[in-house]
Amino acid sequence: MMSIDTAKLARKIRIHALKMTSSGKSSHIASALSIADILAVLYGKFLYIDPGKPDKSDRDRFILSKGHAGAAIYAVLAEVGFFRVEKLSTHYQDGSDLCGHVSHKGVPGVELSTGSLGHGLGIGSGMALAAKLSGKNHRVVVLLSDGECDEGSNWEAILFAAHHQLENLIVIIDYNKFQALTTVAETLNLEPFADKWASFGWVVREVNGHDLSAMEKMLFNLAEIKGAPKVIIAHTKKGKGVSFMEESVLWHYRSPQGEEFERALKELEG
Amino acid sequence: MTNPRIILLSGDLGFGVFNQYRKDCPSQFINAGIAEQNMTAVATGLALEGQTVLTYSIGNFNTLRCLEQIRNDVCYHNADVKIISVGGGFSYGALGISHHATEDLAIMRSLPNMSVISPCGLWETKMATDAILDTPGPFYLRLDKSFGTDNPLMSSEVFRIGRARVLREGTDVSILVTGGILEEVWQASEILINEGISVKIVSVHTLKPFDDALVTEIVSHTKNVVTVEEHTVIGGLGSAVAEALFDRGVCPKHFLKIGLEAGFSSIVGSQKYLRRHYGMDAQSISEKILNMF
Repeated sequence: MMSIDTAKLARKIRIHALKMTSSGKSSHIASALSIADILAVLYGKFLYIDPGKPDKSDRDRFILSKGHAGAAIYAVLAEVGFFRVEKLSTHYQDGSDLCGHVSHKGVPGVELSTGSLGHGLGIGSGMALAAKLSGKNHRVVVLLSDGECDEGSNWEAILFAAHHQLENLIVIIDYNKFQALTTVAETLNLEPFADKWASFGWVVREVNGHDLSAMEKMLFNLAEIKGAPKVIIAHTKKGKGVSFMEESVLWHYRSPQGEEFERALKELEG
Repeated sequence: MTNPRIILLSGDLGFGVFNQYRKDCPSQFINAGIAEQNMTAVATGLALEGQTVLTYSIGNFNTLRCLEQIRNDVCYHNADVKIISVGGGFSYGALGISHHATEDLAIMRSLPNMSVISPCGLWETKMATDAILDTPGPFYLRLDKSFGTDNPLMSSEVFRIGRARVLREGTDVSILVTGGILEEVWQASEILINEGISVKIVSVHTLKPFDDALVTEIVSHTKNVVTVEEHTVIGGLGSAVAEALFDRGVCPKHFLKIGLEAGFSSIVGSQKYLRRHYGMDAQSISEKILNMF
């Protein structure tokens, strides 16, 4: 794979997501900004993929389980060449196949459609099990949100993946500490979060989810560890990159318009 | 011959049922634990990687408990997952409402991409099992603890998904039935024949895809049409037949849906007892039909 400047890629993801949620008048810009750096490292460095052959059988599988951040995944897929960047302008428009929550139909590179939380990890576990049973070497990466971990179905999957020692499965949690109405701590506290995963038999790492080189290094190191599934708890800032959106529950819903859009764009374009 | 593409996931049920299978195909059986949401999601993941995956449980556990996984994951991705549930209707009658599968056909029938099969006897069960494994895409196979005699009228008969089967020829009334309650329908037909009524019995093993034209054609030779199902009268076989006939402008002289009208059953009873209690045993069916004449 060609060398990609992940910082540039992350900035492009953020700018696309801002424009898409503005022109579509859609929600979840802060959730998309939160994962831009994670996606940049995955698609710029880690995942073995070929945008020209999206169905290649030995590709790594990536599942965005927090499907509400659809704008960010569409942006990165377009930027690395799965489809034309121009298509992004159709996001959330009548008749488009770029739904608010990520959908695979008509969108090359999208592995799985999600939107209802708590679905991606079980499916990713099934994909990882299939690879293990057939002796294939590709990896499965699932990106969860923190609030999503309220869903009991995740904990069923967490048991299952550890029991079956799915060492080809890596979970990344976008731990931005906010969910739909307020903070995670005030809703259903996840702490001690790392201990919970460790006690379920997972290999656990924590990282600054905006530190591109640290994440890249961690992913490649983790991929070498055998015998258990792995989780990276990525400490992130909701709304990262736009000062007035950071760590504010408002921008889970609010669509950037008018002067707010212009200010945000200016900050992102630096 | 074993098919290496098949993987069977059980929701921690089927004690003793899979002994031979596990012996023959040890790597193709996984007990997924009492976690039906995850079992269905894992099945989807395996299926998207090219496996044919069966999820096995009883009653509503691998259907209603994980309905959203079936809708969003299995159906939207058109994954090759076969949902096999044992315990249609009041099969587990005495266990209480948690174990009564009495809305499953209506709910599963409404899901896009999902096919729904409810065999009425051992022949159909075997044939349907082979057929769904040979047909890609989502299926719901509803198995019953009871069964009727469903042997073909002609030995040359071939089972086809979606193709209703005539099990008894007759001219006065057509009884369309799905599931093991065929045994009650058969006994009812004996009573009716003794009363001089000519009864046609049709097994509608496939609720979806529903062959509107075939069902309409089959019943068009009798003036009276009755449906029997161990299931709510809302949205199951009776509804499917009514929709098919009405859509085609066919109006029988009498049309009667026999099934569960009471909603929930909170009384203890065997399958036999509850059928009688809710008016769908052989005696009740024959009486209701005699009242038509």
